[in-house]
Amino acid sequence: MDVAIVGIGIHPFGRTPSRSGLQQGAFAARLALQDARVEWKDIQFAFGGSASSGSADALVNELGLTGLPFINVANGCATGGSSLISAYNAIKSGEYDLGLVAGFDKHDRGAFNADPKELGLGEWYGEVGMMLTTQFFAMKIQKYMNDYNISENTLSKVAEKSFINGSKNPNAWRTEPIGVEQIASSMMVNNPLTKFMFCSPSEGGVALILSSADKAHRYTDTPVYLKGATMKSRRFGSFEVFAPSQALEQVDGPTADASKAAFEMAGVGPKDIDVMQLQDTEVGAEIMHMAENGFCEHGEQETLIQAGETHIEGSMPINTDGGCIANGEPIGASGLRQVYENVLQLRGQAGEHQVPNDPKLAYTHVYGAPGISAVTILQR
Amino acid sequence: MSNQVPIAEGLFTWPSKNPALLCSRCQDCGIATFPAAESCSACSGQNVVVEELPGRGTLWTWTVQQFMPKTPYKSGETPETFKPYGVGYVELPGGVRVEGRLTENNPAKLSIGMDMEVVFEPYRTEENGDEVISFFFRPAA
Repeated sequence: MDVAIVGIGIHPFGRTPSRSGLQQGAFAARLALQDARVEWKDIQFAFGGSASSGSADALVNELGLTGLPFINVANGCATGGSSLISAYNAIKSGEYDLGLVAGFDKHDRGAFNADPKELGLGEWYGEVGMMLTTQFFAMKIQKYMNDYNISENTLSKVAEKSFINGSKNPNAWRTEPIGVEQIASSMMVNNPLTKFMFCSPSEGGVALILSSADKAHRYTDTPVYLKGATMKSRRFGSFEVFAPSQALEQVDGPTADASKAAFEMAGVGPKDIDVMQLQDTEVGAEIMHMAENGFCEHGEQETLIQAGETHIEGSMPINTDGGCIANGEPIGASGLRQVYENVLQLRGQAGEHQVPNDPKLAYTHVYGAPGISAVTILQR
Repeated sequence: MSNQVPIAEGLFTWPSKNPALLCSRCQDCGIATFPAAESCSACSGQNVVVEELPGRGTLWTWTVQQFMPKTPYKSGETPETFKPYGVGYVELPGGVRVEGRLTENNPAKLSIGMDMEVVFEPYRTEENGDEVISFFFRPAA
């Protein structure tokens, strides 16, 4: 049984002091229900995630106590992608034909402070100051720039594009364009990455309504089909966040593995994709994920980015809603924001950030600690 | 003379005469892991033994931590006294690449491939006066 996305809803990302994370999730869920022309009592099951705003299944208090099974998902930055895959499988199994996926969060300001114990690491690792995702991102791109000749200017260009796209997206957090010079000269956070090259923890909510493909037209005139949905954890030898040691021989990470599996499942290749949302916790991640997801060879990013190919009008539009860099990262909602954006793109409803030429295939990718990745391929 | 204690048990052999980092090495597939673990994440086997890692290697990648981390960071510093610190992975030949703090925090003095050596030095002082010893990598002469 194929699976379709028939309703989407979003609560604007950024800072909303007047609403809790849960309320932002409920806001998004109501919009998604409305978009699919269904009521909450029609929903047969739900998957959802939130890292800092309590249990996602507390949404039933806001939306109504209908008795449906609501399963909480927690997979770090890949929570949204993992929720979506769980719902996809629930429908594909034939057990259900209408479900909700939701993610929301509301984080404190400043970098995340993870707890080593939760990941099976000794307390010493955090005490000496290595329990920081930002360090991993910086060290991975530092090595990558050395190996594949990526310039510092290209790092800034990625962030510049994120802020341009954010300025076209009414739901984004950062809506002012920021120039390359200002990005490069902003406060150094973890060399070689500056403040404006990073996304920040933020707030927001996204919800999606999924149905079996054969019933999709009951709910929408513009169903978007999930042609591929995969999730992988790291294999031995991949270079990952929160790793006190790294094997001498490196293998592909979970991103490359999830990507290959998704393309195989969808029966399409990277060249067929018209628009893509790639995890951009910072600019280095977007650059490396271009190649890890198969959209270019390692090192080709320098030319592609300098030529503007990753802009909305380019040959490979990436993070057309401004990505994590312009939206911030509410962990539970972030991966679902990518799917929301792709559905808008495939429906032709993305307004100022719409890619031209009538896109048919769209791609999402998330990466999370301690080395997991989820990919979806959507087709209208 | 203050009392000195290691930051964690089983990470390294300090205060032995020639202190070294400790890894576990799988007797079936030969893979080394730091810190020592009870099983091998490469082959899932449990036939591992603890051994010392080489004290010298090369810098595989690095960064400098420019802002003071939140808890669980525990250095005894305050926002006023915080000093940026280097972090990197050092490839210890025949062993594994170990992530550690660097004694150097000047980006101009750090480069991929440079020679590094492990040292064991005081990291912070506890309220009871104990000096906590941790491991660091410093540029090798």
